Amino acid sequence: MRVLAAMSGGVDSAVAAALAVEAGHEVVGVHMALSRSRDQFRTGSRGCCSIEDAGDARRAADVLGIPYYVWDLSERFEETVVADFLSEYEAGRTPNPCVRCNEHIKFEALLDKATALGFDAVATGHYARLVAREAAGGTVHELHRSPNTEKDQSYVLAVMGPGRLARAMFPLGGFASKAEVRAAAAERGLSVSAKPDSYDICFVADGDTPGFLRDRLGERPGEIVTPDGEVLGEHEGAYAFTVGQRKGLKIDRPAPDGRPRYVLDVQPATNTVVVGPAELLTVDEIAGERTVWLAADVPADDWLDAEVQVRAHGAPVPARVRVRSGHAAGTAPALECELTGERLRGVAAGQSLVVYSGTRVLGQATVASARRAPARTAPARTA
Amino acid sequence: MTRAYLDHAATTPVSPAALAAMTEELARVGNPSSLHTAGRGARRTVEESRERLGAALGARPSEVVLTGGGTEADNLAVKGMFWGRRTAHPERRRILVSAVEHHAVLDPAFWMAEHAGAEIVLLPVDAAGVLDLDALREELAAHADETALVSVMWTNNEVGTVEPVRDVVQLAHRHGVPVHADAVQAAGQLPVDFAASGLDAMTVTGHKLGGPVGTGALVARRDLDLTPVLHGGGQERGVRSGTLDVAGIRAFSVAVEDAVAARPERALRLAALRDRLVAGVLERVPDAVLRGPADLSLAADGTAARLPGNAHLTFPGCEGDSLLYLLDSAGVEVSTGSACQAGVPRPSHVLLAMGVPERDARGALRFSLGATSTDEEVDLVLDVLPGVVERARAAGLVSAGGL
Repeated sequence: MRVLAAMSGGVDSAVAAALAVEAGHEVVGVHMALSRSRDQFRTGSRGCCSIEDAGDARRAADVLGIPYYVWDLSERFEETVVADFLSEYEAGRTPNPCVRCNEHIKFEALLDKATALGFDAVATGHYARLVAREAAGGTVHELHRSPNTEKDQSYVLAVMGPGRLARAMFPLGGFASKAEVRAAAAERGLSVSAKPDSYDICFVADGDTPGFLRDRLGERPGEIVTPDGEVLGEHEGAYAFTVGQRKGLKIDRPAPDGRPRYVLDVQPATNTVVVGPAELLTVDEIAGERTVWLAADVPADDWLDAEVQVRAHGAPVPARVRVRSGHAAGTAPALECELTGERLRGVAAGQSLVVYSGTRVLGQATVASARRAPARTAPARTA
Repeated sequence: MTRAYLDHAATTPVSPAALAAMTEELARVGNPSSLHTAGRGARRTVEESRERLGAALGARPSEVVLTGGGTEADNLAVKGMFWGRRTAHPERRRILVSAVEHHAVLDPAFWMAEHAGAEIVLLPVDAAGVLDLDALREELAAHADETALVSVMWTNNEVGTVEPVRDVVQLAHRHGVPVHADAVQAAGQLPVDFAASGLDAMTVTGHKLGGPVGTGALVARRDLDLTPVLHGGGQERGVRSGTLDVAGIRAFSVAVEDAVAARPERALRLAALRDRLVAGVLERVPDAVLRGPADLSLAADGTAARLPGNAHLTFPGCEGDSLLYLLDSAGVEVSTGSACQAGVPRPSHVLLAMGVPERDARGALRFSLGATSTDEEVDLVLDVLPGVVERARAAGLVSAGGL
């Protein structure tokens, strides 16, 4: 196969490219330039976007003996991922830019261009496992969690949908730990084997998301209130708050019962942040939109018992889910979800809700709203 | 697999004679600045090379300042001439450069603006990349006394345009303004005679005509005020310090001498190959556009409107990086002709200065031929290009229509 290996300059994508080469594929390395004003050197824990990172990727490609190109996807990245990030926060929601990047950049802009250029697949360094299984209706492509539970990235991948999953390749799917990947890099003489991990949002310098939002959206002072409407303090922009957030509220007055306060709701129309006690964050019904269902062989038009996960590193909880077709033609179906065991705390609109069955990813949706159903009781846990 | 290397303007193979001279010299010891026998031997080799270079380029040996390549020579010209002039005439702050200069001229000029009080005037070009002489005339008429120097390349490295260097010299000298020309691409393909050109300084390099990388010269009139950029042991009449690279210099001089001697016959051959390439591409990809001068003729005296070995085309709807990848995997090595900025391929400043829309400039390919180019290489290009363009266009549609 002709395989395009997306190479960020990090150790994971370098080893993924190496494994694709060793599997006998004809591999070409491509580094995506996602910004035009790039720093010369890597700083902090951002691991993909400096010229130094592009050089690391090039060096790895040279060691592997594969061609290497830089593709400028910065415009698309700004128009999709960054714009979505800003407008979602502005709308009082909590976006996941990595999900949007997979949706619009890696498995759309990059994958589609690769396909047009004659590539059969795009390989990335994601920690997730693909299983191709022959079934009556043809090959079923299953997306599974990585055996490396700490690094598992299946959560951010479901968004690409079944058609694109068939053209994706995750060579690190079998690796049980990051240490194994680093060892595999060292064995192959890849100089990135000891390169530090990246974990911050790549386009937010120094990891300061509120600061980034303030720079791009401007200060918009407003009130912080209790659910009853009592004003507790001021903020510089409701967009910078996330449901479930506890730190950074800067409220002088403690709650009457002395317990910590959390953000319960962000109301963009009135630029108001509502705070209150933790128990008001607990939800057991979640409504999803923009549903992407990966598992064509597992229908969910009627209630289906599964597990759901609402954060990249959260734990899955048992739930029943149902997918309802969109009302208008062309609109993505909605997803209904009722938690059947533990409840979740602090579920914000905009987050991704991923449906699992064991290790297999069945589908995902964007959280539209979450609420506590009247008269249901179950132990709560923080996701 | 058959391969076609059509990127000679990036670098061209070292000629067998230059390689032999280089390896022979590398085995010898001797610093040309030393006074003992070994030193004298090295010095003799350097000076013979200098004489050979002067003879081949129409310059006196003492006008040849040996450097570590074209970029260094361009830096020495722009900075050295600016500072040299400024000492006597502090009011001369303006540097006039064409908008299509190589970055080795543009970047030092802009650096001087940032750090040495220079003021940069970018002289416009027409759609074929030819300098607008009227703009130069007006600029000089208005600000002659404030102008430190003019730098206009002999031929453009991307689109092959031959610039009216003699006219530039005439206009500038009328106002007492010295002129530098980057002749890196011209030497070996066009008749280059420093004395006849009237230039005050001229850059040449080794690796574009069969010499080793890291060798070059700034040919500079003896009466030109040049402030050194590299300070140290005082070599090269104090203008360019640093121990002389005897092996490189000898190989450089052999390459220049051979390239100049072979030029009449080679230019004809390259032009014929190039003409077949251009005609073949336009026949197979009818909406491709030849950029740079349309006049491909070569005069009996070897002069031309366009570099004989240059073909530069844009392919509507294609992205340069897709074309490069597809051609490379089909065995054809060319370039987009433009430099990367921050590792990201950007539309060429040369094409933009010629008024090519950014959209079209993204799909540019430069084919540059050299001494080793063959009919088979042109055949391979013509063979694979239609399929490559079709595929790149499909990828371009995906990229453009994704939203």
